[in-house]
Amino acid sequence: MIDWSVHLPALQVIVPMLSAPFALLLRPRGLAWAAAVAASLFAFAIAIMLTLGVLAGRNFVYQMGNWPAPYGIELGVDAFSALVLLVITGASSLALLAGRRSLNADIEEERQPLFYAAWLLALAGLVGIPVAADAFNIFVFMEISSLASYVLIAGGPDRRALPAVFKYLIMGTIGATFYLIGIGLIYLMTGTLNLADMELRIHEVADQKPILVAAGFVTIGLALKAAVFPLHVWLPNAYTYAPNAVTVFLAACATKVSLYLLLRFDFFVFQPNLVGHDVQFSYFLMPLAVLAILIASGVALFEQNIKRLLAYSSVAQIGYILLGASFVTITGLTASTVHLFNHALAKGTLFLAVGCLATQCTGLRLSDLGGVAKRMPWTAAAFVVAGFSLIGIPGTAGFVSKWYLITAALEQGSLGIALVAVLVISSLMAVVYIWRIVESIYFAEPCTDLSAVREAPPAMLVFTWLAVLANVYFGLVPEVPVALASSAAETLLEHLP
Amino acid sequence: MNGGDLILLALVLPLFGAVGIAAASRIGANAREAVTLLTAGALAWAVWSLVPELMQGGRPSLFFSEIVPGVEIAFKVEPLGMLFAALASSLWIINSIYSIGYMRGNNESNQTRFYIFFAVALAATIGIAFADNLFTLFLFYEVLTLSTYPLVAHKGDAKTVRSARVYLGVLLTTSIGLLLPAIIWVYFVAGTGTFTAGGILEGKVAGPAVGLLLGLFVFGIGKAAVMPVHRWLPAAMVAPTPVSALLHAVAVVKAGVFTITKVIIYIFGVDFLFAEPSSGWLVYVAAFTIIAASIVALRQQNLKRLLAYSTIAQLSYVVMATAILKPLAEIGAAVHMVAHAFGKITLFFAAGAIYTAAKKTELHQLRGIARRMPWTMAAFTIGALSMIGVPPTGGFVSKWYILAGAFQADNYVAIATIIASTALNAAYFLPIIYMAWFLKEDTPPTKEHGEAPFAVVLALTITAALTLAFFFLNGPVLKLERQLMQGLS
Repeated sequence: MIDWSVHLPALQVIVPMLSAPFALLLRPRGLAWAAAVAASLFAFAIAIMLTLGVLAGRNFVYQMGNWPAPYGIELGVDAFSALVLLVITGASSLALLAGRRSLNADIEEERQPLFYAAWLLALAGLVGIPVAADAFNIFVFMEISSLASYVLIAGGPDRRALPAVFKYLIMGTIGATFYLIGIGLIYLMTGTLNLADMELRIHEVADQKPILVAAGFVTIGLALKAAVFPLHVWLPNAYTYAPNAVTVFLAACATKVSLYLLLRFDFFVFQPNLVGHDVQFSYFLMPLAVLAILIASGVALFEQNIKRLLAYSSVAQIGYILLGASFVTITGLTASTVHLFNHALAKGTLFLAVGCLATQCTGLRLSDLGGVAKRMPWTAAAFVVAGFSLIGIPGTAGFVSKWYLITAALEQGSLGIALVAVLVISSLMAVVYIWRIVESIYFAEPCTDLSAVREAPPAMLVFTWLAVLANVYFGLVPEVPVALASSAAETLLEHLP
Repeated sequence: MNGGDLILLALVLPLFGAVGIAAASRIGANAREAVTLLTAGALAWAVWSLVPELMQGGRPSLFFSEIVPGVEIAFKVEPLGMLFAALASSLWIINSIYSIGYMRGNNESNQTRFYIFFAVALAATIGIAFADNLFTLFLFYEVLTLSTYPLVAHKGDAKTVRSARVYLGVLLTTSIGLLLPAIIWVYFVAGTGTFTAGGILEGKVAGPAVGLLLGLFVFGIGKAAVMPVHRWLPAAMVAPTPVSALLHAVAVVKAGVFTITKVIIYIFGVDFLFAEPSSGWLVYVAAFTIIAASIVALRQQNLKRLLAYSTIAQLSYVVMATAILKPLAEIGAAVHMVAHAFGKITLFFAAGAIYTAAKKTELHQLRGIARRMPWTMAAFTIGALSMIGVPPTGGFVSKWYILAGAFQADNYVAIATIIASTALNAAYFLPIIYMAWFLKEDTPPTKEHGEAPFAVVLALTITAALTLAFFFLNGPVLKLERQLMQGLS
């Protein structure tokens, strides 16, 4: 009996990648969507199997064509990458399943096969990053996912998406180029691209200028892709003007993957070898994280368009993830990785609910949404519960990461108390910006005629509520993400001297 | 059924009730109300079924899940929580009868939503009462805040939404801003937040940090309405009166003082706090709240707002009694939760009855109203006497124990406060009683009216009777709460 499960890391990438050209051929209405859903669900199933394997203590390493690393291409999945894979494939599946109606409305029929092919390529690129174990393949996957997601964002009917995506394209390309320059320099000095190999070889040249420059390029490049404050300017408009289903998909996982890579690269390659790098890492990221949390939440307080409001909230939440990582402790990294999962869940659900609202409302400014809760009770309730998760009300997923973050901050002593204050203030800001939306959808006087507004289509509601229930489930029984996150934190720290 | 099953049943019954209410509302209003009453009855039965085991010294418990290592969702019944759960679940039955009369009598809209969130609020209350650790308590504390928001914002007009925003704003700000850091601090230093007889913080925190942590708890538990975090309670008075009666005189506010009492007894430990000078400020803050809230109450013209400020003062009685840190005073605190609940729910019921029958909300409109509504005003009088603490009402019993505890601790501030507040209570309640019974109406009402609907009068008569009965029949409560003291000196 052949053990098929060894091939899972390869299948994880191959399935969506090969389905992409296949989707292109499916002209008849709806078939391309069905193919995309099937591929995405299949990828999700693979991610679940990988997660189960990792939880059972297995570490997946796969050598393409049996060529041994560092000469051949190596793929690998550990707890950290499994967590990210779950987020990506889950988000893609839910966004596709729930988004059928709104995508049909947004994308003309003859362009749909192209659109879904791009979607699958984006998916393949995104899952490729956590699976790949060498720096150059990661770059390739990064480019695949970026190029495909530019297409996705610009795919909708909103022409404002074009300047937004152009900005994203320019900044994303700068980020990717910086990353490429960084790994180029490292390759120059060490002669290897395999991350594990790099970790060993870089030691001898760690004090050389090119390596220090490379560390700078890689960190800044990835921070740009991850929308780390103040390199986040591409994000709000890209999320706002993308088709709603695309926003669900990208908001849940696009920046997360770059964060994943930032952490993995830094902890695997730089932290163990560069003297004093951990302190630099902390001192560099912690202030940025705090600024992101406070300033982006502050902007969200005054934002009128709810998609943009949630996008700024994402910038703030990326700050949370970085803040946890900047502690360089087990609890901090656990907080950071578990928040990566929980935030994807909460924000994805919120954007799903926004997608439901968008099927019925003329616009997505607060003033357009006055009183719609009466007409759309299920959508409104879903939004409220997902909002609780974003705020971090106990009983929802968001609370678990907040608990870890505050505990991690308290471990830092007196500095930690100031950081707890930051976290508390930003939670309260989240209460305010979520509640502005809640008050207007429930209590504001409608300024447009709502008589034509109906509850969102059941197919959308079902998947939105599935995501809502997942928020509650992972708030009450968070064993799986917490186990993955703490194991990921251990793996990251193991590499420190 | 064993204790664990009963706890689970008590937690999920109101939730199933909420679903049942939603389903039954399709059939009709009567079916919906039947489900509410049935759920309330079943809940009270489940809660009371736990009493025998507890009286024999058993501590039924239930483990649900572990969120983070060391942080669990778990439940355990102990005397204080039993008292609170029994109180809230029993009064829910009476309050439901009242709600039916009130909501129909006033033709309120969105009644189904009202009953659904009421049931959810009760589930949260039971969760608070039976929580075995700080985290579980916090979980249900927040559920209670959020589930009562739609009840406060019930009317939905601009003024109500503004008040509801104050309500939610104060409660969430305090709980996320102060209570949550306090709870995480406790878990961080003690490694656990399980309520343990004698406390868990001894040797873990010392010096001024104890006072600071106590401060985070007392002001973080906004539901206890210790000044200056009391503003939400008058704001909550925009809610329909049944909400004010059961939630903002019993369930929500008692959840606040209950939490403070539990934290002091089971987290800090009474002896530990008594030996720690940095915690001494609590008595003074509570005393200040009692006096200040009573003075503000004196100046109120709106009956419900007056009752709200009276509640703020009475809640601080419980806080002050707990802060005296003597066994008799702790018993007094527990007894006062019950005595005040009976008295204040009666007062709110009466206020709601007056509104339903006569549409009157202001004090000066109440001249001579007792002639039209003798039952209502008789009940109001009994409730008011209980607030003042005159025998034969329940308020006397608790005041007796709190005073005894204050003497035990030689705490003259507390003694003086109780005496002064008794005078103030008399000063704002007696004029209303006098006006209602002995003065003549200035102008005849635009519409002739008698008593409020039968369901309303029935409910307030029962609670008034309970207020009187508690003076004579408080033995079981005392017996239960003595168990609480066994671990204390």
